[in-house]
Amino acid sequence: MTTIEGKTGPWEMVIGLEVHAQVIADSKLFSGAATTFGAEPNSQVSLVDAAMPGMLPVINEMAVEQAVKTGLGLNAKINLFSEFERKNYFYADLPQGYQISQFLHPIVGEGTIILDLEDGKTREVGIERLHLEQDAGKSLHDQHPTQSYIDLNRSGVTLMEIVSKPDMRSAEEAGAYLRKLRSILRYLGTCDGNMDEGSMRADVNLSMRRPGDPLGTRTETKNVNSIRFVQQSIELEARRQVEILEEGGTIAQETRLFDASKGTSRSMRSKEEAHDYRYFPDPDLLPLKIKADWVESLKSELPELPDAKKQRFMDDFGLPVYDAGVLVADQETAAFYETVAEGRDPKLVANWVIGDYFGALNRTSGANLGNAPVDAAKLGGLIDLIADGTISGRTAKEVFEAMWDSGKDASTIVEEKGLKQISDTGALEGIVDQLIADNPGQVEQYKGGNVKLIGWFVGQVMKATQGKANPGMVNQLLKKKLD
Amino acid sequence: MSKLTHLTLTEARDGLSKGDFSARELTQAHVEAVEACRSLNAFITETPDKALDGADASDKRRSKGEAGVLEGIPLAIKDLFCTQDVLTTAGSHILDGFQPQYESTVSANLWAAGAVMLGKTNLDEFAMGSSNMTSYYGGVENPWRREGSNAPLVPGGSSGGSAAAVAARCAMGATGTDTGGSIRQPAAFCGVVGMKPTYGRCSRWGIVAFASSLDQAGPMTRGVRDAAIMLRGMAGHDPKDSTSVDTPVPDYEAAMNGDVRGLKVGIPKEYRIDGTPAEIDTVWQQGIEWLKAAGAEMVDISLPHTKYALPTYYIVAPAEASSNLARYDGVRYGLRVQGDTLDEMYEATRGEGFGAEVKRRILIGAYVLSAGYYDAYYNKARRIRTLIANDFKAAYEKVDVVLTPTAPSAAFGMGDKMDDPVAMYLNDVFTVPASLAGLPGISLPAGLSADGLPLGLQLLGQPFEEGTLLKVAEVLETAAEFDALPQIIS
Repeated sequence: MTTIEGKTGPWEMVIGLEVHAQVIADSKLFSGAATTFGAEPNSQVSLVDAAMPGMLPVINEMAVEQAVKTGLGLNAKINLFSEFERKNYFYADLPQGYQISQFLHPIVGEGTIILDLEDGKTREVGIERLHLEQDAGKSLHDQHPTQSYIDLNRSGVTLMEIVSKPDMRSAEEAGAYLRKLRSILRYLGTCDGNMDEGSMRADVNLSMRRPGDPLGTRTETKNVNSIRFVQQSIELEARRQVEILEEGGTIAQETRLFDASKGTSRSMRSKEEAHDYRYFPDPDLLPLKIKADWVESLKSELPELPDAKKQRFMDDFGLPVYDAGVLVADQETAAFYETVAEGRDPKLVANWVIGDYFGALNRTSGANLGNAPVDAAKLGGLIDLIADGTISGRTAKEVFEAMWDSGKDASTIVEEKGLKQISDTGALEGIVDQLIADNPGQVEQYKGGNVKLIGWFVGQVMKATQGKANPGMVNQLLKKKLD
Repeated sequence: MSKLTHLTLTEARDGLSKGDFSARELTQAHVEAVEACRSLNAFITETPDKALDGADASDKRRSKGEAGVLEGIPLAIKDLFCTQDVLTTAGSHILDGFQPQYESTVSANLWAAGAVMLGKTNLDEFAMGSSNMTSYYGGVENPWRREGSNAPLVPGGSSGGSAAAVAARCAMGATGTDTGGSIRQPAAFCGVVGMKPTYGRCSRWGIVAFASSLDQAGPMTRGVRDAAIMLRGMAGHDPKDSTSVDTPVPDYEAAMNGDVRGLKVGIPKEYRIDGTPAEIDTVWQQGIEWLKAAGAEMVDISLPHTKYALPTYYIVAPAEASSNLARYDGVRYGLRVQGDTLDEMYEATRGEGFGAEVKRRILIGAYVLSAGYYDAYYNKARRIRTLIANDFKAAYEKVDVVLTPTAPSAAFGMGDKMDDPVAMYLNDVFTVPASLAGLPGISLPAGLSADGLPLGLQLLGQPFEEGTLLKVAEVLETAAEFDALPQIIS
């Protein structure tokens, strides 16, 4: 158990996350307007999104499909009956004066998500529910000295609110949760998971308790828009709560706002100031009823998800848990790995993908699997040269760097640079015989029991061949001649 | 007063198709009638140019053999329907200057069927009222007067302008909307026919929302057959309204064969209410006799939850309204009264933009939905609503239609009941139950009160059985021989 040490003893964090994930869909939840990120302000607004008088919402079937797929991906219960309700409050970027959301009857019920932790261990976190709702517009307060501007492009865009159970116990677990959730959403193609574009946003619910005690009072921190900030805000809030508790104070149930630039948070509103949202079923929409066989057909079309893929990589390729976890975190990476591994040594391929290949990707700005100078076929070609003894593993690193810089394939580089390994027994035998003939003293010593001298002999052969001799063969030959 | 304006919609349709007169002539006569009746304040916006251009276009279509079911018929549109580029107010100050970029589905259907728009009719603010007195644009006068009195009377509400315009022969028909009786009660007060179709029969898209689960558009005309023709032009499935129902719109006239022999008519005992004037009972009894004489069979029925209908309605409708009216915030359209902060701007705009009755209902609605009161009010009302619907379901196991009075009184004086909202709400006592159950209803003029004011009878039907209702209503209409004219034109 992870605890943090206070002045008066250990404290345990209890963390639950509410994630708002923007659904990938052709249009908004209840209107036909487009949803492209970064469009001109107010260029993607229908009459419904602007809440013109007499306008009515009509549910977008694709949004429902995406929510169901996500629910299936979270091993969650799909509710065949769900209902949209109105959450009433006033704000300038909420044109209807209410947000259409789901309250009593969400489309997805309880599920689970498996966290992959740093040490290769896993941990299960419960999903409480997933529901569909409309996003609000955006208020721009910095465009005019006394007035605010409103951009309604986001107004009405489909969000999934995914609520976890309070099952996480550290900032690390919260980070692992978000990474895993994002990975699943991306595998499913239901959310792009880009936190920097706001298409995935997290609210953090946190309380502290003595290990074994019942739950304490929680706070909710809003507006946390990266995994790093989520972890920072958790550490910050945990410390703040512990300080208060250790001084004999009580935690106020409140909503707090995290300021990433200052690394601080402040109270936004207390429980007493909380809105009374006056939820009631939206009379403009019929209850949402979906059919079990439709859900089944979506289930049968789901892609292989990270957990299953990880298990398969371990079972079929014999990869260690760490390698498998790293490779499946991203769908494209996993596919890339599988392409390279096809017909090759899976562990060798995994080492190359996770090691040199990821290294090169990370240090090359703007590079990704789609545009990298070395594609799967080229990386495979390099590994083949190692496997058939054409080059040594050490030479391969040099060849890889050259491939990355030039985009040429491995055999071309090996050819051009003359890096081909000498594995010809006849050629090597000549060199070895000459070496033995030229160094009777060393031979004497070796035969006299100084077996460590074998390294010197190998070094001499490598020197004579500019490092191209197949070291294994040299060893074998030397032993044959000397022993 | 031109004779053309005294034709019924049915007669005008036939006259146009025979070439007795043109759409231009018919519309011109109505444009003049609208002007002549300005003292009624029935219209918020007159659109004579649009009307005459529309009539010319209609004549052209007819000459090419492309006449629709309402070809060349001049109609008035309740100012709750959004009409493209024409001021749309909902009778409220808060929609000042609002000209929609779009046309409501129902009005678009009417224009597609060939009808011509005369203007936008006055109404209670956001359709909240039974007198038309809550309109920001002032009350509407009922074209009728009590015998021997010149005191102005209300036309009923909320579709008061539409009812008055049709009664005063300014329009051959008008659209109304009915949430708890807003078509039927003014129809009864003004001596015209008004029909609220089944919930879902007409699209709500483009109609300023009052209470979404109750609002339904319908025709107001001078004859039952007129209503059948007009409803056919309005109704239809609309994919833009999720509560619109995808069943074909029949030719309602085809069902109107005058034959009600063996038809079972329910007479609900709960609709006899202490304190209603005897003449209301008398006209009801008269209706029973007429239907009996035509061969229908009367069946005493009970709708036991009727007494809860009014309080249920006055919880459900304001709850929905409190949310529906949240969009009028001064940010995007209509009135904006500046304030130093966003909240101040909201308060100033909504404080000035909404009238007293609208504010009352928003407050009631917010209250019944609020934490701690939700179960006691809103949830309970929803459950009772189900019981009321079940009452009707059970009754329709035994009967085909239900006959009741439309309103508990004839038209009352302008300014009466204004200080007593509950007395005002009682106007809807006979119309609200069917609204809660989503059922179709029609009101038709059946006789005159002792002091010469029209009294209405209401027929309620089963879901999507508008054809049956229209058939029975026409039998009553024939028997009633209602031919009295309001004082303004007689």
